[in-house]
Amino acid sequence: MIIDKVHNGPDGIAVPGNVPVVRMAEAAPGVERSEAPTIERTGKSLYVSRVKVYPKRAHGTFRTVKWIVMAVTLSIYYLVPWIRWDRGPYLPNQAVLIDFPSRRFFFFFLEIWPQEFYYVTGLLVLAALGLFLATAIAGRVWCGYACPQTVWTDLMIAVERFFQGDRNARIRLDKAPWTFEWVWRKGATHLTWLLIAIATGGAWVFYFADAPTLARQFLHFDAPMIAYVFVGLFTATTYLLGGIAREQVCIYMCPWPRIQGGMIDHDSLLISYRAWRGEPRGPHKAGQSWEGHGDCVDCRQCIAVCPTGIDIRNGSQLECIQCALCVDACNEIMDKVGRPRGLIAYDTIRNLQAPGSEILPVPWFRPRVVLYATLMAIVGLIMLTALMLRAELEVSVLHDRNPVYVKLSDGGLRNGYTLKLLNKRYEPRNFRIGISGLAGAKLTIVGHEHETDPVITVAPDELQPIRVYVALDKAGVRALAKEDEDEDEAESVEFYFTVTDTKDGNFAEHKANFQGPER
Amino acid sequence: MAKRDDAATEAETTGHEWDGIEELNKPLPKWWLWTFYATIIWAIGYWLLMPAWPLVSTYSKGLLGYSQRESVQEQLDAAKAAKAAYRQKIAASDLAAINNDPELLSFALAGGEAAFGDNCAPCHGRGAQGAFGYPNLRDDSWLWGGTLDAIHQTITHGIRANDPETRSPGAQMPAFGKTGVLNEAQIADVDEYVLSLSGRADDQTAADRGAKIFASTCAPCHGPDGKGNQKIGAPDLTDELWLYAGDKATIAATLRGGRGGVMPAWGGRLDPETIKELAIYVHSLGGGQ
Repeated sequence: MIIDKVHNGPDGIAVPGNVPVVRMAEAAPGVERSEAPTIERTGKSLYVSRVKVYPKRAHGTFRTVKWIVMAVTLSIYYLVPWIRWDRGPYLPNQAVLIDFPSRRFFFFFLEIWPQEFYYVTGLLVLAALGLFLATAIAGRVWCGYACPQTVWTDLMIAVERFFQGDRNARIRLDKAPWTFEWVWRKGATHLTWLLIAIATGGAWVFYFADAPTLARQFLHFDAPMIAYVFVGLFTATTYLLGGIAREQVCIYMCPWPRIQGGMIDHDSLLISYRAWRGEPRGPHKAGQSWEGHGDCVDCRQCIAVCPTGIDIRNGSQLECIQCALCVDACNEIMDKVGRPRGLIAYDTIRNLQAPGSEILPVPWFRPRVVLYATLMAIVGLIMLTALMLRAELEVSVLHDRNPVYVKLSDGGLRNGYTLKLLNKRYEPRNFRIGISGLAGAKLTIVGHEHETDPVITVAPDELQPIRVYVALDKAGVRALAKEDEDEDEAESVEFYFTVTDTKDGNFAEHKANFQGPER
Repeated sequence: MAKRDDAATEAETTGHEWDGIEELNKPLPKWWLWTFYATIIWAIGYWLLMPAWPLVSTYSKGLLGYSQRESVQEQLDAAKAAKAAYRQKIAASDLAAINNDPELLSFALAGGEAAFGDNCAPCHGRGAQGAFGYPNLRDDSWLWGGTLDAIHQTITHGIRANDPETRSPGAQMPAFGKTGVLNEAQIADVDEYVLSLSGRADDQTAADRGAKIFASTCAPCHGPDGKGNQKIGAPDLTDELWLYAGDKATIAATLRGGRGGVMPAWGGRLDPETIKELAIYVHSLGGGQ
C-alpha cells in the first residue's frame, strides 16, 4: 500500500512541484489555512532538488507521547554508562560495558564471553521480531517514535524552533538578508546542534570504557586517540543526520520503509486520513451547513506539521514515518470547527475500504501477529534457558593433531591435550584435574610434573590453557584393545577429563579420545 | 521508447523498457549525485597522496610517502622492543630457573615454538614427531640425554657437526659389512640377536650365535645388555623405539653400512636466548627429563 502519488489539487488536476495551490486566508471560521506545500519528490528530471521542510509545532496527545519517549530514550542513552554494578575487586564495576581489550560484554548481571556471542545474536533476533510484531500491529511505530533518527531529528527541530521560532518565522528568517539577527539565531541553532552532537558522540564512547575514568581523561585531554576519533565520528554523523539531513535519511537512505510494505496487513493500524468522512473537502464558511460537505476543511495543517512534508490525505506513503503529529494537528482543528475528532487517526486498511461510517474492531489474533509473538516467546525462552543453565566452570579439550599419539620406549602410547579451563566466577579458583574411563592411564600436567597433588589456579573471569599428557603402558594399551575389540592395539578410545574445584567441589568434565596407530 | 506518464501511478516513466516492462522515474536527490562526485574527487586526492599507480619498474609513491613495508617494520620493531625485557631475563637466567617461572616459561615456550617451526621442523617435523633417521623429540628415549642442559648442549653444538664441542666428533656406527669386519652370516646372526633384545627373535639359535659377536663387537658402545650409552649417542636396542626402523632388513642394512646422523650446530646461527627457548620448548614436548 506504499504508493507515491502526485498531489491532486482541489480541482483534481495534478499539481507539479511544490507550488502552493489555492490561497485562502481562512479554511473555516477561526482556522487559518496553511500555505504549506506538499513536497513532491517526483519530476521530469532524473534528479530532484531538496525542498526544505519547516515542520510546525503540533499540540496534542501524540506530541506529548513523543516528548516522553524522547526524554526516556535519551536518558537511557546518556545515563546508562554511569550506572555502577559491583562485580568484586577483579572486574569492572560498570553495569553496561563493552570491554574490547579483554573481550567481554558486561550487561548488569550478565557477562558475555566471545564464544557466547549467540546471546547477542539472540537479542538481535528478538529485536528484529519485536520490530516485525510492532509493525504488524501498528505500522511504523518504531520509525515514528523510537528510531534514533526520529528522536534526534525531533530534538534538533525543537532547538531550531527555540532559536528561530515556529514554521512561518523560520521561513521568513531563511528569506531574510544576513542581518545580525540572522547570524545569531542561525549561529545559536548550529552551535547547540553541535553541542548535542558532541554529547551524543561523548556518551557513545562511555559504553566502551570505564565512564568516570574516561570522563576525567577527556577533561585532562589525555584520553586514548580512538576515543577522540569516535567522538568526532559520532559528532559529525549526529550533526549531519539529525540536524541537516533529517527526513532525507528516512526517505532515501533507510532500507526499513521498503521492508514495511511486507510487514503490514489489512488490519494493521496505520496513520490514515478517513476520506469517507473528509471528502468532499473544502473551506467551510460560518453558518454553512455540513450537509454534503466533508469534514476536511482543507486547512492543510496536517501538511504543515509533517516532518517529511507530505500530505497524509493522499494515502499511505513511503515518506510517512507515522509519527502521528498530523493526528494531533487535525484533532485540534476538528475541535475548532465542532466536528468529531479522528478525521486523521490510526485506522486499518480494512476499515478505510469498508462501506459506511462504522469503525470495525481490530482483530488482534491474526496469523502474523500470533506468529511473531510466538517466535519471540520461543527465542526468549531458549535464551532464558541457556542463561539459567550457564555453567560457572567450563572445560574444553583440544587433542594434539601433530602428532596424534607418541609411541614410548616401553611400547606404550602417549597422547597430548590442551585443556582450556574457563573460570566464570569473579574470584580466583583452584582446580584438580583428573581422568576417568581410561584404566591404567597416567596423567601429567606440563609445569607440574614433580608435584604429587597438582592444583591449577585460574584467575577470576579468565581462561587458562594447560598442557597435559595421558600415557598408557604396553599392558594398558593391550587391555584397552581387548576391551574394545580383539585387536592388537587400540585406534581410539573415549574417556573423560574431570575438573574439580578444590574448595566447593564444583565439577565439570569433557569427553576426549585416546588414540593409537591405525589398525 | 519515449517517456510517458503512467496512468496507474500518475508518475512519469524514464523511457527505459525491457520486454514491455517499463521503469518509473523515481528521481534521485541531487545531494546523492553530489556525494557521488565527491567520492570521485576523494579518489583523485587519494591517488596523489597515497601510493597508487603502477609504473614500469616502480610505482607512484604518493605525497604522504606512506609505505606498508615501513609500517610493518615499525610494528615488528615495536614487538621486538616489547619482548626485550623478557629476553633480557631469559639471557640472565639459567634453564631451570626459566622452567620454574610461569611467566618466563610461557614466553619461552611461545618463542621456542616459533623458532622450532623456522629452524627445526624441516628435519624433525612440524610436530617434532621425527622421521626415518630424525629423532622423535616427543618420546621418552634420548640418544644424547633429555635433560634441559643436555638438550641445550645438543642444540648449541650439534651432532657430528663442524663445532669443537660437538657431540661424538668423528665417531659413529661403523659399517661392519662394508669394511669386512662381519660377513653376511654374522650380520644375520647379530640382527637376530638385536631383535631378541626386544623379544622379537624368530630363530633363537641364530640369536645365541649373534650374542657372542655382539658381546665383542657391539657391546663396547651399546653396552653388554644393549641398553646403549648416552655419552656417545649409542641407542638403547632393548626398547621399542627405533631411529631407523626396527625391522630385520633395516637393522641388517644398519649393520652393513653403518649410521652417522648429523645435526648442525646452532650456536653461531641463533642467538643464545633463542637457543634457550628452543631447549625449554623441546623439553616441554613430553619427553623432557
